[in-house]
Amino acid sequence: MALLEVENLQTHFRTPGGINRAVDGVSFHVNEGETLAIVGESGCGKSVTSMSLMRLIPEPPGRIAGAIRFAGRDLLQLSDREMRAIRGNDISMIFQEPMTSLNPVLTVGRQIRETLMIHQGLDKHAAEAHAIEMLTLVGIPEPKRRVREYPHQLSGGMRQRVMIAVALACNPKLLIADEPTTALDVTIQAQILKLMLDLKRRVGAAIILITHDLGVVAEIAERVMVMYAGRKVEEAPVAELFRSPRHPYTQGLLGAVPKLGSSLAGTATRLAEIPGQVPDLRKPIVGCVFAGRCALATDLCRQYAPGLEEKGPRHVAACHYAAKGAVAA
Amino acid sequence: MLSYILRRIVATLPVMAIVALFVFSLLYIAPGDPAVVIAGDQASPEDVERIRQSLGLDRPFLVQFGSWVWRILHGDLGTSIFTNLPVSAMIGQRLGPTLSLMIVTLLLTIVVAVPLGVVAAWKAGSLIDRVIMGFAVFGFSLPVFVVGYMLAYIFALELEWLPVQGYTPLTQGFWPWLENLILPAVALGCVYIALVARITRAAMLEVLQQDYIRTAKAKGLGQGGILFIHALKNAAVPIVTVIGIGIALLIGGAVVTESVFAIPGLGRLTIDAILRRDYPVIQGIVLLFSFVYVLVNLMIDVVYTLVDPRIRY
Repeated sequence: MALLEVENLQTHFRTPGGINRAVDGVSFHVNEGETLAIVGESGCGKSVTSMSLMRLIPEPPGRIAGAIRFAGRDLLQLSDREMRAIRGNDISMIFQEPMTSLNPVLTVGRQIRETLMIHQGLDKHAAEAHAIEMLTLVGIPEPKRRVREYPHQLSGGMRQRVMIAVALACNPKLLIADEPTTALDVTIQAQILKLMLDLKRRVGAAIILITHDLGVVAEIAERVMVMYAGRKVEEAPVAELFRSPRHPYTQGLLGAVPKLGSSLAGTATRLAEIPGQVPDLRKPIVGCVFAGRCALATDLCRQYAPGLEEKGPRHVAACHYAAKGAVAA
Repeated sequence: MLSYILRRIVATLPVMAIVALFVFSLLYIAPGDPAVVIAGDQASPEDVERIRQSLGLDRPFLVQFGSWVWRILHGDLGTSIFTNLPVSAMIGQRLGPTLSLMIVTLLLTIVVAVPLGVVAAWKAGSLIDRVIMGFAVFGFSLPVFVVGYMLAYIFALELEWLPVQGYTPLTQGFWPWLENLILPAVALGCVYIALVARITRAAMLEVLQQDYIRTAKAKGLGQGGILFIHALKNAAVPIVTVIGIGIALLIGGAVVTESVFAIPGLGRLTIDAILRRDYPVIQGIVLLFSFVYVLVNLMIDVVYTLVDPRIRY
């Protein structure tokens, strides 16, 4: 059974310029212990989706509709109190900015301790011991000293390790990582990803990885969901997606990844870009959301929105022209 | 830390010296010949001359200043022209009520204003926020004596819940002491509460936008923990600053408040001294208030290091 089942998620924001449909009818699921990547460019609604899962969207101006079933319970039907018992305990989150995501005036130890004391009912002493254990687990040297330090005394990579320690302290069933490595040095990125995978195996958590870095996706995801303009446009197992992307947007994304060493090998081509930008989500969109930027778009695309269709084994895409089973150009 | 405090204390010496120079000059800045002023209207020229010599006013300015400072450093603030009592003794007698009034007002302000500001920021834009900020504007605009007389009329004269005026020393019991201070503290605290509540709201609004507040929510913390631990501690620096600056407001307001509620404190002494042109007393009080203010600033800087670990000296 799926650990998380999201059905027709709609997160809209009331703005002076009209209603912003940041997430508009997205459905997906995550199995226990699975890693799902959500990819897309800035403003495609991937972060809003993750914040919606945790119900961290301020309401108003935001409004979340649809269903988010976690272990059989619809999170959108829970009281604030019940929801708080889930946050940081069953579902936890790692954010993009390790420099600003930790509280600067509280010790690292206190920030790890807190979740343990709220959710596991540990006393201060036991929580402190567990916090030191968590710091050891995430590979922070001298944990007994670090536990008493403040975030500004740690480097970016260290802080992200602390964030991971906070997130995993209560052995969550689902970890949502929103661009966890974007703000880090490349060498540190690899370390953090490896750490996340190690710990995921250890605690058996499922991961939703939100990123625009396709290299990271290839590295750790099992399944990928591609979002564009607040909608899901394609979803497939990771190998299948990289081998035969069906949606022109996904193809564009993959084409925009620089190939390491290609200029040395003499195979360098001009990096492909996707012309144009994400449409204004405050205006109703007629037809396919990607039509305005798609080289293959026809009148059909501009008038009728394509539904998600099965294009291969466990592979769906929303495009009129993505051929079933065929390998796209 | 200790060395920092010591260095700060040393650094206050020049400030105090300038204050002392200014305070001493009061006698000369004031219109007229000090000796004539002190002697009064009916004095003969001989009287004036005698006073001039006894006070050393015939000596050069800097010599006078030097010997004045020398005496102050030995704890001698001079003698009142009016009562002939030592100024230090007069101030000592009046210190208790004023200190009591200030401490009660300070505590009242912190206990009332900070939570109000926090709630206003949390519910920013709501009715509660608008009501709190409305009261803040109101409290800020009303003069102390208006609030004072209003409170005395309602709670003392009409409802008879609290005494109209007067002061009871703490040595005669906690409640009698506090009872007499509640209305004056509310009157004096009005402006101060309004100011601190507004700053608290502004500081909290900024902090509540920060990423670490989102993290705290994602950890499953309750609203109370988020507001009063994660947010308030980050907003504390501007709040502490304004509480410290506000002590200057209290010093000014105490003078009026003590008159309204007939509290025999330094404020009353100040007014009396000014009306009588009792220069040594005025000088002593101004010097004391300046010293307190410098001390408060030092304390604020020390408190910074307690609330924000990034501030180290």
